[in-house]
Amino acid sequence: MARVLEFDFGTPDVAGEPVTLTIDGAAVTVPAGTSILRAAAIAGITIPKLCATDSLEAFGSCRLCLVEIEGRAGTPASCTTPVAAAMVVRTGSDQLERLRRNVVDLYLSDHAAHDDHGECELHDLAATLGVSESRFAGGTTHAGLPCDESNPYFTFDPAKCIVCSRCVRACDEVQGTLALTVQGRGFASKIAASQDELFLSSECVSCGACVQACPTEALVEKTVLEVGAPERSEVTTCGYCGVGCTFKAELKGDDLVRMVPWKDGKANHGHACVKGRFAWGYATHRERVLEPMIRASIEDPWQTVSWDEAIAHAASEFARIEARYGAHSIGGITSSRCTNEETYLVQKMIRARFGVNNVDTCARVCHSPTGYGLKTTLGTSAGTQDFDSVEHCDVMVVIGANPTDGHPVFASRMKRRLRAGAKLIVIDPRRIDLVRTPHIEAAHHLSLRPGTNVAVLVAMAHTIVTEGLVNEPFVRERCDWDEFQAWAEFVGRPEHSPERSEAMTGVPAADLRAAARLYATGGAAAFYYGLGVTEHSQGSTAVMAIANLAMATGNYGRPGVGVNPLRGQNNVQGACDMGSFPHELTGYRHISDAGVRESFEAVWGAPLDPEPGLRIPNMLDAAVAGRFKALYVQGEDILQSDPNTRHVAAGLAAMECVVIHDLFLNETAAYGHVFLPGSTFLEKDGTFTNAERRIQRVRKVISPRNGYEDWQVTQLLSNALGYPMAYAHPSQIMDEIADLTPTFAGVSYDLLEREGSVQWPCNAAAPVGTPVMHMGQFVRGLGRFVVTEYVPTDEKVGPRYPLLLTTGRTLSQYNVGAQTRRTANVIWHEEDVLEIHPHDAEERGVQHGDWVTLASRAGATALRACLTDRVAPGVVYTTFHHPTTQANVVTTDYSDWATNCPEYKVTAVQVSPSNGPSEWQSRYEAMADRRRRVATRGPVA
Amino acid sequence: MTRVYVPKDAAALAVGADAVARAFAEAGCEVVRTGSRGLFWLEPLVEVETADGRIAYGPVAAAGVAAILAGDAVSLGRIEDHPWLAGQTRITFGRCGVVDPLVPPAFEGLAKAREIGPAATIETIAASGLRGRGGAGFPVGVKWKTVAEAPAARRYVVCNADEGDSGTFADRMLMEGDPFLLIEGMAIAGLAVGASKGFIYSRSEYPHANATTAAALEIAARAGLLGAFEIELRVGAGAYVCGEETALLESLEGKRGQVRPKPPLPAHRGLFGQPTAINNVLSLAAAPWILVHGGEAYADYGLGRSRGTLPIQLAGNVARPGLHEVPFGLTLGEIVEGIGGGAASGRPVKAVQCGGPLGAYFPPSMFDTPYDYEAFAARDGLIGHGGIVVFDDTVDMAAQARFALEFCGLESCGKCTPCRLGAQRGVETMDKIRAGVAVAANLALIEDLCETLKFGSLCALGGFTPYPVMSAIRHFPEDFAPRSRPAAE
Repeated sequence: MARVLEFDFGTPDVAGEPVTLTIDGAAVTVPAGTSILRAAAIAGITIPKLCATDSLEAFGSCRLCLVEIEGRAGTPASCTTPVAAAMVVRTGSDQLERLRRNVVDLYLSDHAAHDDHGECELHDLAATLGVSESRFAGGTTHAGLPCDESNPYFTFDPAKCIVCSRCVRACDEVQGTLALTVQGRGFASKIAASQDELFLSSECVSCGACVQACPTEALVEKTVLEVGAPERSEVTTCGYCGVGCTFKAELKGDDLVRMVPWKDGKANHGHACVKGRFAWGYATHRERVLEPMIRASIEDPWQTVSWDEAIAHAASEFARIEARYGAHSIGGITSSRCTNEETYLVQKMIRARFGVNNVDTCARVCHSPTGYGLKTTLGTSAGTQDFDSVEHCDVMVVIGANPTDGHPVFASRMKRRLRAGAKLIVIDPRRIDLVRTPHIEAAHHLSLRPGTNVAVLVAMAHTIVTEGLVNEPFVRERCDWDEFQAWAEFVGRPEHSPERSEAMTGVPAADLRAAARLYATGGAAAFYYGLGVTEHSQGSTAVMAIANLAMATGNYGRPGVGVNPLRGQNNVQGACDMGSFPHELTGYRHISDAGVRESFEAVWGAPLDPEPGLRIPNMLDAAVAGRFKALYVQGEDILQSDPNTRHVAAGLAAMECVVIHDLFLNETAAYGHVFLPGSTFLEKDGTFTNAERRIQRVRKVISPRNGYEDWQVTQLLSNALGYPMAYAHPSQIMDEIADLTPTFAGVSYDLLEREGSVQWPCNAAAPVGTPVMHMGQFVRGLGRFVVTEYVPTDEKVGPRYPLLLTTGRTLSQYNVGAQTRRTANVIWHEEDVLEIHPHDAEERGVQHGDWVTLASRAGATALRACLTDRVAPGVVYTTFHHPTTQANVVTTDYSDWATNCPEYKVTAVQVSPSNGPSEWQSRYEAMADRRRRVATRGPVA
Repeated sequence: MTRVYVPKDAAALAVGADAVARAFAEAGCEVVRTGSRGLFWLEPLVEVETADGRIAYGPVAAAGVAAILAGDAVSLGRIEDHPWLAGQTRITFGRCGVVDPLVPPAFEGLAKAREIGPAATIETIAASGLRGRGGAGFPVGVKWKTVAEAPAARRYVVCNADEGDSGTFADRMLMEGDPFLLIEGMAIAGLAVGASKGFIYSRSEYPHANATTAAALEIAARAGLLGAFEIELRVGAGAYVCGEETALLESLEGKRGQVRPKPPLPAHRGLFGQPTAINNVLSLAAAPWILVHGGEAYADYGLGRSRGTLPIQLAGNVARPGLHEVPFGLTLGEIVEGIGGGAASGRPVKAVQCGGPLGAYFPPSMFDTPYDYEAFAARDGLIGHGGIVVFDDTVDMAAQARFALEFCGLESCGKCTPCRLGAQRGVETMDKIRAGVAVAANLALIEDLCETLKFGSLCALGGFTPYPVMSAIRHFPEDFAPRSRPAAE
């Protein structure tokens, strides 16, 4: 498809009463507050510009968009001059032409000649205005200043820079990092990162907004310089986090040149982060496995085979195991990174072919408590708002989430709203970046002890109830009054007061009370939460405690409020929607519901088991016990991501056929018998559903290098297993999903083409989807208050393990790092380190950068220490991006009481000085290397 | 004990006033430090209190103190009778040089404003015809009314004391000699527009003014003279462009001093996005007198639409440099030759630059121009902040034109293209002209560039740089013609 070019209106859209003016004799009606430049663009009149672009506020520096206005002196800039009723504007005259040519002349006098990759608006403008060279040639220029090549993905060449400040403003307004500035003044003005540092060593977070904003190739992607100007593009959805950014993938021939966030993307509105924009090189990484492989034993080297052979082998092994151990010994794991259609097919194959419900997904280990908690209280397992809702939010409560690292593009929107005056409450053991960042400071940071979320939330409820801050009309109208009263009585008990819980939570009572008051009385208030809420033994309780608070204060059913889980992976919402859990079919309908089951049986042509199947931890337990033998894992690395690595390894080792369907020989593949090469998000058609329930198209940008899209591989396997599937395109799979799922009834690829994206529920009642849920009434009818008793985890600190470990992720890396570790992003995070408070470090004789042993009752690993007061004394923190660190060797198998979501966020540990990697790590590496051996190809039979 | 008045104005300090004051003190006198009367060629100008009034001596050196006390020195007579002072209408500078700057006056103007209320205060200012003394000459009453009527939770008063124009010093003198007048004026403005907070944005080059003003602010705050109105003094870091009101606001907000586009006007969205009355020191300092004496009394002075008095500041090559407050309407010639006494060198005056470094050069043939905003504008000149710099016939106007462009380049904030790049290219082109390279073509290029600067610049820095450049070219073409200078190799 041809290159998708986006039109630039010059200044942002504004809301206002219609105003009619005349531009070059034509009447134009636009909202009051619109710039003349934008009004002209709407009328199809192009006014030259360089410093203006519609993603940024007008700046008025280039002085090219000058116009004449009747009755006004001079030649005002049209970008900074708002329209007025009956205004008469002329965009062209001899003088205006002369002024514009002179300005371009001045620009050209200090703009190094360069190859044009189609990105230099100055060159285009000079050609349009007929300025071929500067009359001021020979003067002082910025040529010869060093080009900043430090960032792995883009370069900055000051000789091409026109100092229009678009990069600076993009960093300020769009990204909100404020890393860039103009240094010096007058002719000496130049763009500088932080205090005139290299981009790489500055505060720059490499989101690329500056590169996108640059009009002259001064800031340009290195791939553009290396590969050349893009020739065509395809709009698709990012494969990283749950924000679900839409991108234009731009290609030259079959080479991907760059990813450019799409302005019309409803989730990202033209913004991106270092992962989505830049970290796609893993698709062509040399470690990518492109041919299927099999082996008889995990101790053997892999044998490369044909697709037919691999599929046949896997099918025969599954059949053998089914015959020998029964169908209940077989299961599958769907991937939150694959498309809705692919996920749907995996669970369909397991349920329909084998008649068992042993299917689960990685949401088990992240947001399963969200599903449970929100379904119980509100009636549906999803966040209540769209991302745009944040623009109406007055009070944000960020609990157990680190948006600037985990959901950076949404974090930028939060920051924009916070800079505009919204208040912020952060509830987190760590001082996350959002607590204090340029022009933003949290009103309250409740730095609680890990594992005490529920106690803090109940104490907030106590404050709201006992201080008379409940929104009683809302509760009476929208919620079950009896359940509310029971809840109010419970939270109102003296033992739940902030003062009484202070000793347990570590949160000063006065702070907690003030935060609760702000939440209840500060206007539209919204909770944004992440895995710091769910990944606890009380994860589901905490989700319900949040839902309760929002009900008690009437924060549902309108923009700016609600309960918003920030989903970790690109399609974790979709994977849950698609029936990946052992107890639910698509749309969160219980497998025990005969009516629902029958509707599927009719379409699938196979009887279904009414009993829920095994969850991932149960599968592993059953394997260790000898009852579970075969597993199909699509796009998930449970060995690295799931808690208590040794137990996971033992379970996998006890299986007879583990089929790995992935891009790389991941850690789990060390225990695999069949390896089916996967396709990246760039190589397939389908849909992802983001954290705001938004279903967006994934479009095939390049052909799958491995030969098949993932849904095709599952289909091949199913057919080989004797359960026929004959989908010609993922759209047919979506048609089947829509047919079987009331909340998806209206969804089709045609609709997505028309609308760009839709948010479920999408059906006859909501033909173009539902941005904000629970308007008028809750999905379940009356909102349900659930009494949320705080039951502390059994994981307790003591003399042997006196510190609490909590885990998380960092901006540049993604999850287990399978993708990002195979990109230049490693430059920002080469290894996982242990954050430890200087006091705790000093007591242990640990200095910054020292190797330390991190030990829990589950296991021990070693990593380097990073001394920081970002963590409170008594708390340590690390990430889990690198397999060599194996943070999950340390985490325990405690889990959420309702959903088995592991308690990653609370582990009692000890930290002690160490000489280097542990023996276990060395052994593990040797084992992993051994298990990754691939035999040289033998003679073809 | 004899009471002696010795100025501590920077212009007096520069010529040894501290040593003089010390000598008087050591001789057993009671020394009162005042501001300056503005007769700079007589500084240090000392006044000795006698039964006949304050008898002036100047310039005085420490060594001459004994003679003064012994009655052996030649006096200038009663200071009020000095012709240079007697010819003035000292409204704004009525107390400057007379009183101890740190003794709070009665604040009668503020009392009057409190009595009549905000609306009547604004009406009084409007009736006075007072126009902004920073240079733009915008009616102060209109500005205050706009701020007062702009809907907002907060409003601000900002005093622009970033007096960066070459040859100007009235703001400095007032802040050193009568800071309470400015403070009172700001309190009146705050009352008028509904602001409870004011900022004075001064400059680091004015340490004495800042010290005196800060001390006065502390006295006022401690004595509760301003009620709920609060004033904070902020000191800029040395950027001429921060005297431009929107760049000043950016700087006050802690940002890089870059010009903002207008609209929005600061009166609508100014400091921290709130309606802001931003006025020059002299505009604010005129308010107390107007309140006490009525708007009409002030409007009785002046010419045309330029009402009241203006403290003219004479500098450069001039025989009698200093500050001279008179009503608008004298001709330029009367000011330069009459008040200033012509060039200090005794040579003929060749040019005067009015209104700071961005003001036009006037040749003696235009000395009939009345000192009035409109009359100057009609001749492509500007009054600006009231500074006049005099040059004798040795000046090279091509060098002056080059300097204007160089100054623009040095002080450009770098935001808009005509100023950021145009100033640099202008200097380079002017160098070619001065070297005799393609003079006609390069003069045409300069003219083209000046049009771009004038019509294309974001603020007055670039927008007014063409005035000195083009006036020099127009009125002194001989200085730009190829001369016997060696041509560039």
